[in-house]
Order: sequence, then structure tokens, then C-alpha cells
Amino acid sequence: MRPDLAIISQWIAPGSRVLDLGCGDGTLLVHLRQTRNVSGYGLEINDAKIVKCVANRVDVIQADLDAGLAHFFDANSFDYVVMSHTLQATHHPDRMLDEMLRVGKQGIVTFPNVGHWKNRLQLALHGVAPRSRAAPEEWYNTPNIRLCTLRDFEALCQEKGIDILERTVVDYAHRANVSSHFLPNLLGEIAIYRFCRGCSSP
Amino acid sequence: MPESIPSDSVGLVTPRSADFEEPLPLESGRVLPRFSITYETYGELNEDASNAILVCHALSGDHHAAGYQSMEDRKPGWWETCIGPGKPFDTNRFFIVSPNNLGGCKGSTGPNTLNPETGRFYGADFPIVTVKDWVASQARLADALGIRQWAAVVGGSLGGMQVMQWAIDLPYRLRHAVVIAAAPKLSAQNIGFNEVARQAILSDPEFHEGHFYEFGTVPRRGLMLARMLGHITYLSDDAMRAKFGRELREGKVNFGFDVEFQVESYLRYQGQSFVDRFDANTYLLMTKALDYFDPAREYGDSLSEAFRHATAHFLVIAFTGDWRFAPSRSEEIVRALLDADRGVSYARVEATQGHDAFLMPITQYLQVLHAYMDQVAAELA
Repeated sequence: MRPDLAIISQWIAPGSRVLDLGCGDGTLLVHLRQTRNVSGYGLEINDAKIVKCVANRVDVIQADLDAGLAHFFDANSFDYVVMSHTLQATHHPDRMLDEMLRVGKQGIVTFPNVGHWKNRLQLALHGVAPRSRAAPEEWYNTPNIRLCTLRDFEALCQEKGIDILERTVVDYAHRANVSSHFLPNLLGEIAIYRFCRGCSSP
Repeated sequence: MPESIPSDSVGLVTPRSADFEEPLPLESGRVLPRFSITYETYGELNEDASNAILVCHALSGDHHAAGYQSMEDRKPGWWETCIGPGKPFDTNRFFIVSPNNLGGCKGSTGPNTLNPETGRFYGADFPIVTVKDWVASQARLADALGIRQWAAVVGGSLGGMQVMQWAIDLPYRLRHAVVIAAAPKLSAQNIGFNEVARQAILSDPEFHEGHFYEFGTVPRRGLMLARMLGHITYLSDDAMRAKFGRELREGKVNFGFDVEFQVESYLRYQGQSFVDRFDANTYLLMTKALDYFDPAREYGDSLSEAFRHATAHFLVIAFTGDWRFAPSRSEEIVRALLDADRGVSYARVEATQGHDAFLMPITQYLQVLHAYMDQVAAELA
């Protein structure tokens, strides 16, 4: 399993209800079901991944995230709403965060950190839009249309009154790297956040 | 005529009939004193009777869902795409039961069968039956076949409505519910189309208020019009454009009212051939069952409240080109299931074919169905 999913799993309390937005083939939900007795649903738009979810016995809803969640989910339906490697591909990440916290008590996101030093070097030295192992596509065909740095993300959270409960960064192989704890915005390739709004206990 | 029967077909099939002597109380308050159900089965029932699938048919469907009834048949059953060895409803693994609904015209008790009390054809005297009544009658058939719990109940369109009703009314008698191209209830537009179809039949002078059998007539024009109208709603605008465009049969306009455009020719053909295989009274009954279907009504108009009674796991499938029961209608079903905290997966399949897509070999549709039924089969092992 992808190590970022392993980290997310550790953050999720056993027996809780989870909504996984952009759930892919359902790996995270399968893992949570097997190891943490977690129930929940996945949302996915891709046809092939829908088939894989069904084959993995994951309850999946085929829908476009950009259309919002109101069509399917009431407020406070889930303990956690997870978005791994998807936030940066939505049209309105800011509204998406609001939706996540409307539907769930806590949100968990992972995204490629465009502030990673290699990205900065590509732009500064070569004058080209950064491409990375975490976001390898060309600027004209990348699904990642809303790239941000850790600092950008945290500024948005502050502006929206969202409390960050936990943060970690990992490298491309999703291994937590000791040095990245000191300069996460420079050394972290992938950011992982857990957050809520106005929840007292972390 | 099939020269030879394809290897992924169930092959030659023979319908059977089951008689039920115990009266069936109907939702209308009337009682059917006795009835028979004509049905086909495909595959073998396993020892503990756990591998049975009930197939529910749509408006103009019947019990002949797969295979060929004779080597002279031009076409196989209506759901040949999905039923057969190696297909999603795999007859190597499942025992599939496909009944003709009460009020139908292919053998089950209906307007074109004899009323035992009068010795005459039921005709218009046949009581109006609802989706709920069908479920109750299908449960009697399950009893007769020794099936306590279906592995799955499956159906498209009006068939999908029966699936939902099963899950709500008899929750412990099915493990999976597969609801395809359906709606939680008809819209005013849907009812409007049905009403025009009914008026076409009712106003045909050959209809004789439903007792046309005794007059030796058939309300051909009415039934044909009803079918032509229905057919337009089963196809999408895109599908009709692709199939016919504005092509003229003779390559020029004749400034008259004969068939000129290909689409006219097609609709007339569909209408005329329908008259030869379907009954006008049955058409009226089926459209009424559609109009009345609203499982939420018994639960304070809350579909999610209705689904709280269900225990089955659901698969809901909709097609983007279907405007009769558009994906948004299936999404109402999904939403209610989510609100009721039921297990559900939902596939929104890109397809231009319109409402009829559920009968077509659309790759994504068949893959989702296959993946799902594989899991249903895995539970049997």
C-alpha cells in the first residue's frame, strides 16, 4: 500500500465512518475496513476505477467532485472526509475544503507540494514550469490545476478558520524524511494534513 | 433464425407455468382468486438454493429473457446481453428465474386469459396490479421453487422498480438489489407520456372498452401509436440522429403524408410489429403500474425511510443518454440509500443509446455488472 495511505490510516480512529473523495480503486477503504473496522463510501469519476472499486467490494459513487457533495451527502454524515492526491485537481479547492468539513467532522488531504526545492530550482534556474515525480505531467495536460505549497495551504486554512490538527510531509516514496520535519515547505514532496473547524479535541 | 446457437447463450429454453390456488389480495383492494405465472429459468439451482437470481421485466418485456424458444426464433430473449454462460448473470454460477408479470400477455394470468368466474376473457375486468402486487406474486413463485432468499433481484426500468419494492417489502428475501435505469417514482412528464399512450388505445374504436377479444378485433392503431410514442422516449435525440438523421426513403420529398423519412418508417415498423406480440390491455396495466409506483408513499413520502427497511446491498446504474429515467433520477435513489446508511455502489455510464441502453452491450455497463455479480457469486462459495 502507498505509504501516504498508511499514514492516513493511522490518523483515523477505529470504527469510524469515512468518505474518500477520489478514492481510486478503493485501496484506502479496503485497508481501513480490514484493519480498523471503518465503514464508508468512496467517490470516483473514472470508469475503470469504478469497476475496480466494485470488484474490491468498496461502496463507490460515480460522481464529479466539482459538482459538490450536496447532491449526495448531508451535513455531518462522516467522521472523516479524505482526499488523497485530488484536492489540487479540483476547480475550487477552497470550496472543496468547506464541503469536506460540512459533510465530515474532520478532513484529511494529501497533495504534491509545489514548494519542494526541486520545483523551485526548475523555475529559478531553468525558467520552466516545475514538473516533479509527484506531479509529472506537462503544464498543458496536467490534471493538477491548483498547485500550492504548504504555506499556501496553511494560509488558506487560516483565512477560512480551519484548524490544522496534524501535518506531515513525505518524499516521493512517501517515506517520512527526518530532515523534512525542519524545512517541510522546502524538503517535503507530499504534504498530508488533518484538519477541522472549531473542533476542540485534536 | 439462429443458424447455430452461440456458445454464450443459454440455448433452447422452454417456458413453464406455476399455478397458485390461494387468493392474492391486491393493493387496489380487489382479490385475484387464483393465478398462474409463466416463467423461464436458466442455470441450475444449487443444493442450498442460495444461487437464485430473480429477473424482473420492464413494460413491454416478458419471461423470455434469454436463449431461444425455437430454432425458428429470429432473436434471442430480451436480456441476452447479460444472461448466459460467462455473462454478468452467469448461468454457470447462478440459477436465474424470469417470470412474466401478472397482467402480462405472455401466459401469466392477465387480461388475455380466461376469468375462471365468468369463463370469459378478463379483458378490462382484470384488476389493476401494482409493483407491490407483482412482488407479492413473485414471492409466491419463489416459495414454489424452494427459494427462501434470492442471491440478487435485478431489473431495468420498471424492472428496477420491482427490485426496489422487493428490497423494501421483503428485505430478508434478497441479499443484493441491482437497480438499472430506474426512478424512485414517475415525473409528471413520464405520466404525461403514459397518458397519451393510454388515450391512443382507449380511443381506438376497436378497443371495445377492453373486451375486444369477444368482438374479434384488435385495437391495432391505438396500440401502435402507444408504442411509437414510447419508442421515441426510449431513444435519445443523439441516437435517433445517428440512426436516421433526416434521411428520406426515396431520396426526395413527396409532399404527402405517406412514410417519407426513415424515422417514420422505423417507428411505424416498431409500432406494427408490437401489435402482433403485445396486448393493449396489458399495455394499459403496465403503464398504470409505472404511474402508481412510489414506494416512499407508505413511509411518509420519505424514500430514505422506506430504504431503512431494506437489508440488501444495492448496485444502481444509470445511463447519461437516458432522458426517460435520467441519471438524476437514479441519483435520487442513491441519495436515499446513503441517507438510510445502506450499502450502495452507483455507476453513471456514458451511453448515447437512451433508455434502451440497459439492454445493450455497453462495455462499461457490462464490466460494472460483471464485477458486482462476481462478488455476489463469491459469497456463495
